Parts: sequence; C-alpha cells; structure tokens
Amino acid sequence: MSIPVTTQTVLAVEDLRKIYNEGTDAANMAIDSVSFSVEKGEFVCIVGPSGAGKTTLLRCISGLAAPSSGSVTFEGKRLTDVPAQLGLVFQDYSRSLYPWYTNGRNVALPLAARGVPKGERAARVAEVLGNVGLGHVEKKYPWELSGGMQQRVAIARALSYRPELLLMDEPFASVDAQTRFDLEDLILKVRTELGITVVLVTHDIDEAIYLSDRIVVLSKNPSVVKEVVPVSLGESRDQVETRSSPEFLELRNHLLSLVMPHA
Amino acid sequence: MSRLTTASVPTVRRSARPGVPLRRIGRVLTGLWLPVLLLVLWWVLSARSTSPFFPPLSDILGETWNQWVVFGAWQNAVSSLRNLLLGYVLGAAIGIVGGSLLWRLRLLRTAANPLIYFLYVLPAPALLPAMIAIFGIGDLRQIALISFGAIWPTLLNTLDGMRGIDTVKFDTARALRLSSWRSYFTLVLPGAGPQIAAGLRASLTVGIILMVISEMVAARSGIGYFILQSQAEFAIKKMWTGIIVLALIGTLLNYLFVFVERLVLRWYYRSRALGGS
Repeated sequence: MSIPVTTQTVLAVEDLRKIYNEGTDAANMAIDSVSFSVEKGEFVCIVGPSGAGKTTLLRCISGLAAPSSGSVTFEGKRLTDVPAQLGLVFQDYSRSLYPWYTNGRNVALPLAARGVPKGERAARVAEVLGNVGLGHVEKKYPWELSGGMQQRVAIARALSYRPELLLMDEPFASVDAQTRFDLEDLILKVRTELGITVVLVTHDIDEAIYLSDRIVVLSKNPSVVKEVVPVSLGESRDQVETRSSPEFLELRNHLLSLVMPHA
Repeated sequence: MSRLTTASVPTVRRSARPGVPLRRIGRVLTGLWLPVLLLVLWWVLSARSTSPFFPPLSDILGETWNQWVVFGAWQNAVSSLRNLLLGYVLGAAIGIVGGSLLWRLRLLRTAANPLIYFLYVLPAPALLPAMIAIFGIGDLRQIALISFGAIWPTLLNTLDGMRGIDTVKFDTARALRLSSWRSYFTLVLPGAGPQIAAGLRASLTVGIILMVISEMVAARSGIGYFILQSQAEFAIKKMWTGIIVLALIGTLLNYLFVFVERLVLRWYYRSRALGGS
C-alpha cells in the first residue's frame, strides 16, 4: 500500500468519557478520558488489560453507545448512530451471525438494507466471500462451518458494503491459535487489497504489534490513554519472521511494561 | 502471508445415511409398538363384553364407519374444524401481533402485564356463558371462545421469545443499518421463531379443548355436541365413536403442526442436531 501523502483523519476521539448509570448510586466510570485519531489507511490496535473498558470504548466509537462527554467524529461528522460507512465485527461470530439465514443471505443483509438491487447482490456476496478466502458457502448455514470460517463470513458481511473503516472487537479471541494466525494474515491482506482503515480492539499484545501501524494503550478501569506507540515494522509481515525480529521483541517488552500493573 | 487455506473446507457434513427409508420405518415402528399393543388388548379383552358402557372395539369401529361416513355425522366434524380453524388463526394472529407490540412498547408492557396474567390464568370455559350472552348461540360464539383461549400461550411465548434474543444480534442489526421493519422481519420474528412455535402449539391444544367444550353447551352441531347428544340418548356406542373421531382429529392436527414446524424451523432443528448455536 502506498503511504498517503496528505493524511486525512477518518476517526477522531476527543476527551471521551463514559459513565454507566450516571447520576445514580451505581454510577460506574468505565472510561475517564480517551483521545486519539485514526488516519485514512491506518491500522490501529487498541490494547489494554482486561477490564480496561475496551468494549465500552468500541461501542462508543462505533456509535452503538453515546459517550457521557467528549466527542467521536467520523469523517468530519459527529457520531449519533452507527455510520453507513462503518463495518463492525464482533468477537463472538455465533452471536452476531443470524443462524436462520444462509451465509449468502447473512452477507447480503446490509446490501438489501442499503438498497443494492437484487441482481447485484449475489455478485457482491460472491466477490466479498472471495476476498476473505471463502469458496462457495453461500448456500450453507453459518453453523455448518468451522469457527474460523464463521468469523470470515462475519468479516465478509462487514466488508460487503465497502466501508471506509472496519472496526473489530477482539475478532480472533474465539478461535484456536492456528486459525488466529490465518485470520490475522487475512485481515492484513484484505486491508491492503481494499485500502481500508482498520481499528482493532484486542487484549493480545503480540497480535497488536503484528497487525498495527500504531497502538493505543489503555490503562485499567477507568481508562485513559497511557501511550500511543508507533509500530515501524514495515508493510509486509510474516508470522515467523516478524514475530522473532528484534524490533518486535523490543516493542513487546515496552508494551508489557505499560500493561502489566507492577512493572 | 497468503497462507489462506480455503480448499480444505472443514464443513460439518450431515452423516451420509445409506439406508434412510429403512431406518426411518424402523424408528416409526419402535414408536408404535405400545399403542398397537394396547389396541390389540382392547380388541381382545372387549370382544365378548356385554357391558353397555364398554361395547366391543370391533362394534365401535363398525359403528364409527356407519355414523361418520354412512349416516353423515361427518358434517359435525366439518363444522367443528371450521370453527377451530377460524378461531385458532384469529387467536394466533392476535397473539403474535400483541406479543410483538408488548415487546416493542415497554410502557404498554408494564401497564398490561398484570392484566395479561389475569386473563391467562382465567379458565376460558368460564367465559362461555358470557360469550353466549354476547354472541348468542351459533358459530360466532364458538369462534370467539376458541380465539380467546388461543391468544395467551402464543402471546406470552412471542413476548418471551423476543425478549430472549441476544443483544449482540440487535447491535449487529444496528451496525448493518437495518431499518426497524427490516430488523423485525429478519431478526426479531425468526429469532423468536422457536418459542413462537411452542406457543402456537400450546394454543392449538387449548383451541381443541375449547372447541369441544363450546359445542357441549347450547350448540346444535359439532363433535362435542354429537358426543353429548349420544350420551343423552343412551347411545353409548355412538358416543364412543365421537370420542374416537375426536382423538383422531387431535392426533392428525398435532402431527400436521409438527410437520409444518419442522419445515419452517429447519435451521433450528438442524443446527441443534449439530450442537451449534
């Protein structure tokens, strides 16, 4: 992917704060103050220890939940609902795919909602399933596929309407290690092929380093941004080589010291 | 980097079953041995019965043919079934629409909750005199009673099923930007489908019971009317034929329901058989 000459901000989070049950005794501040921005074409990972309000943050920046204060701006517009140009992938594919529809129908759902003509849908579905490396699974049901393949269907569904930004919430946490590596490489490939911006939430530091251009490190609850770490590992990455390179290990040590509580 | 294995698609295949018809017949037969045994026992033990209350089964079956086919009592079954169908469809429709409204409108739900449970536990036959007073004597009253009873199991199951849908599925609908109507038809209805079906089945049972009961009070046709009338005429054999016809119809309707349900909710039964979600 060519590095964009002029950067263009896709997502800007400013001073975001989220308090659940605000104004009651059960008030709970999940996010204190979080600011960062994502430029077009970037791959940004958000990491933090468990209980760092990562999912809350993702719900706020996707427009699923409203922040208590601060703002989220997507392509220059303040978020009120999930924007049309945003693709969302949830951690648990079995909870987000609709088991009563075939994979083809699942992927076509957002297309139908966006008024894509019926004749065009089948071609788009086949194309996007090809993008995520799935063959002919349109007529099969999600529960007839392995976990990794189901998550590919979910990714295909989020990509089917060609979003500007792909937002993923621990997308590879529910699959086995081998599948996880495959899916990591898949998402890097898709990102290069479609020139898409990706924000991925994870608790896995290695995964974050392997995938990212930049890593936003959150503190424990209530979260603030501890540091934004740039990752200069280059464009092409390899599961064996990249993960054993000195730069990778150095970043890993640095991130561990940020995330570990007493380090 | 591009180590994307796709050709070796590890899909879960339905086990290839070569002797499907044979095995299915075997399963049906194992399910039938007890009813068949009991019928044979009934036949043998009642063969030389002289009790007016328990005539021989062979006599009852002969009489059933005579009464219901030759003498035209089938018209009673037709009127019963017509009332049941109309009342059930109406009640089920009200149940699904009402359940959906209660699911959607929280304020209505909180307000209507005590009322619904009150009506749900009220035995529907107790309303029969009121129904007679309102609708008079005739089919309308029967249809009204059947649909009244059929509403509640469907309504409560619809509401419960819709409330039980995973919140992630609603987040997904929002992320995919499905409109309210579209998510109702693509997510809410299918998602609550299995439980709506359970409610519809319970409603069918209630409907059949109310069909018979409503025909036993101030009615001039129907299977229930036939059974009660025969008993009043001391035509016990004839009474038994009505009960047999009723049992047959009930069984047939139940099988028909299960058949349609398995067809519509094929995804559900198949995914469960695979141990999936």
